[in-house]
Amino acid sequence: MYDLLIVGSGGAGLSAALEAKKEGLCVAVICQSSPTSAATCMAQGGLNGVVYEDSGDSPSLHVSDTIKGGAGLCDEKMVRHMCEGAKEDILWLDSIGMPFSRKKERIAQRKFGAASCDRTTYSQDYTGLKLLHTLYDNCLKNNIEFLDETFVLDLIVEESTCRGVVALKDGKVKALCSKATLLATGGYAGIYHGFSTNAMESTGDGIALALRAGAKLSDMEFVQFHPTSLKSSSVLVSESARGAGGFLVNQKEERFVDELSSRDEVSRAVFSQIENGNEVFLDIRHLGNEFISKNLPQEKKLIQIHEHIDPSKELIPVTPAAHYSMGGIDVNEDLQTSLRGLYAAGECSNVKVHGANRLGGNSLLEIVHFGRAVVSKLKLATLHVDTKRQEEKAKQKLNRLFSDKKSSTFFELRSTLGKELFKKAGIFRDKNGLENLTKNIEDLQNRFDKLTISDTNLKDNGWLVCHLKFANSLCIAKVVVLSALAREESRGAHFRKEFQNTDKIALHSYVDSSLEVRFQNED
Amino acid sequence: MKIEIQNRTYELPSHEQTLLSALVYIRENIDPTLKFNYNCKSGACGSCALRVNNQETLSCEYKVKDGDKIEPLLHKTDVKNRLKKVESWLHVESLKPMGEASEQKIEQQSDCILCSSCFSACPVLYVKPDFLGPYALTRVWRYIADIREKDKHGFIERVQKEGIWDCTLCGECTLACPAGIDPKADILHLRTKSMQAGYFDPAPPQEFQDDFGFNPNF
Repeated sequence: MYDLLIVGSGGAGLSAALEAKKEGLCVAVICQSSPTSAATCMAQGGLNGVVYEDSGDSPSLHVSDTIKGGAGLCDEKMVRHMCEGAKEDILWLDSIGMPFSRKKERIAQRKFGAASCDRTTYSQDYTGLKLLHTLYDNCLKNNIEFLDETFVLDLIVEESTCRGVVALKDGKVKALCSKATLLATGGYAGIYHGFSTNAMESTGDGIALALRAGAKLSDMEFVQFHPTSLKSSSVLVSESARGAGGFLVNQKEERFVDELSSRDEVSRAVFSQIENGNEVFLDIRHLGNEFISKNLPQEKKLIQIHEHIDPSKELIPVTPAAHYSMGGIDVNEDLQTSLRGLYAAGECSNVKVHGANRLGGNSLLEIVHFGRAVVSKLKLATLHVDTKRQEEKAKQKLNRLFSDKKSSTFFELRSTLGKELFKKAGIFRDKNGLENLTKNIEDLQNRFDKLTISDTNLKDNGWLVCHLKFANSLCIAKVVVLSALAREESRGAHFRKEFQNTDKIALHSYVDSSLEVRFQNED
Repeated sequence: MKIEIQNRTYELPSHEQTLLSALVYIRENIDPTLKFNYNCKSGACGSCALRVNNQETLSCEYKVKDGDKIEPLLHKTDVKNRLKKVESWLHVESLKPMGEASEQKIEQQSDCILCSSCFSACPVLYVKPDFLGPYALTRVWRYIADIREKDKHGFIERVQKEGIWDCTLCGECTLACPAGIDPKADILHLRTKSMQAGYFDPAPPQEFQDDFGFNPNF
């Protein structure tokens, strides 16, 4: 039996693993493929924090910028916890080998959207990659146990307490028991399949697991759209390009928005241009080849590969895409979910530091900060688990999917879901579109429920795992749409065409497995 | 266009696409049992490396062409075990601050995404499967060159056996690397550092002037 099982090997999961090992806990990290494939590696821009007292910046300014961006739905206490702890987190990362870019002998910091000072630390535009590998190297140093190629099928819940997980590993269904379980599985922007910057595996699985197990989700309607993804491939072009002075222009080379407003404002401006028949481009020609090669090397390469463009000479065609999810598994200030024994940290959790709209650079900070913080809040308890019964239950569920008959696959349903979500639960929403979408999803669910899988091998069965992940995506899509319908106001990233004002009182939305949306103020 | 995957030919639409898009197309329209790894589709996760016409590449970056032959990577091995063998992490924190110049020394090596392309390309692994291999040695150099690492000598010790002296300096790893890293150069750096520390090639070539029967310069 483990003290702590961590599901997810990204920045939050690995930070928690290191902290847990330091506290002497018996810990293991479960990842669906390999640890360094985690979505954290894709983050380009940076990690916010006030590091130097003489910079003119302060944690209070960082707090107020964050709260302003969150449009009323931030929990000030948790924002303060994060911003005041940022310096220690950044210095800790430096001490364990993180190769931050430097300015003279200081950790360099650059400007990001809606920030009143330059406070985003970075590693060229590979910040996420180098953060993940630094944490990973330290996990190897501390001999942390990894359970690779392990797909979690369900959480084990007995006597209203989470006791671990049932997972598919090496072709076998296995129950893994622990005194506490931490979900660090990432966000759900990937359900906008085909219209998302996310990795293909980012289907919000942990959030679906939590919902099925009885935990509450909150603020699920708040999906952040990143204003600049490459038109042909949805590959992300980091905000740091705008932070460095890049412009957004249409085909007439007219600028139309303050490039460094918050992401929701910029996305709406870009999308409106596109809806009106314009094309939108990112212009970083004036930054020069030397600057681009030094500070944006990954972007330069990706733009060349996917658009055949040299960004120092030509305009880059961009379009908004689903990028991040502010909503997630509802947690209290101890990062505990509404299910005893279950904790959540990182993008899959809603600890209410981003509110209705996240600032660039705050996500990498969140995952490190709360990944570390959750460990001291764990309450460990032992209960006997009937592992055989749990494994049998999971095996039967899988067997119902298998059939020798040739079956059509779910892939077309996944593309349809992505397209409809982007159209009707995207940057601009309205009642008709959302109600229509609810019907679309019902229809997709009905068709999906009839499908079977003819590859009955349990080992290395990518089709099976993708099928199960799509089931999770459908579940989350339902919650997103219901929450978006219920919130009849516009706030942060959630924009209702027929309700463009923001209500005076800011309420969080809550959903559990009954799929009823309730609104509530935390106080 | 047509591509061949493990003796089976697949017909693809003719527009420009990455190999990953092609594999996804095949899985979604022709064969859902096709097994391939992927995640980020932007060259950062290291999971999609494959061999195309015997050359290692990331499937999310390679644009597929008519007649391409796709195969898995060679010499598959456990990345974790290799890295644990060389202990590629910061051991002892020196209190030297890192500045711009010292950060640039490790910038390229820390771009490594652990895709194992270099490992697949390395010919030494055919005859010596325990050879530490390019990515492990690049990672060792990344830490030795890190101004914050105090215990450089420990690293040097760990790469003497089945390590830097077993490299043939063929450069295939450098050609294979999708992140623009030069493991051959890193291995040469390690050799220089080793000699500075008093180590040397345990099996130097016997005859320096051997022309192998065909060298026109001798």
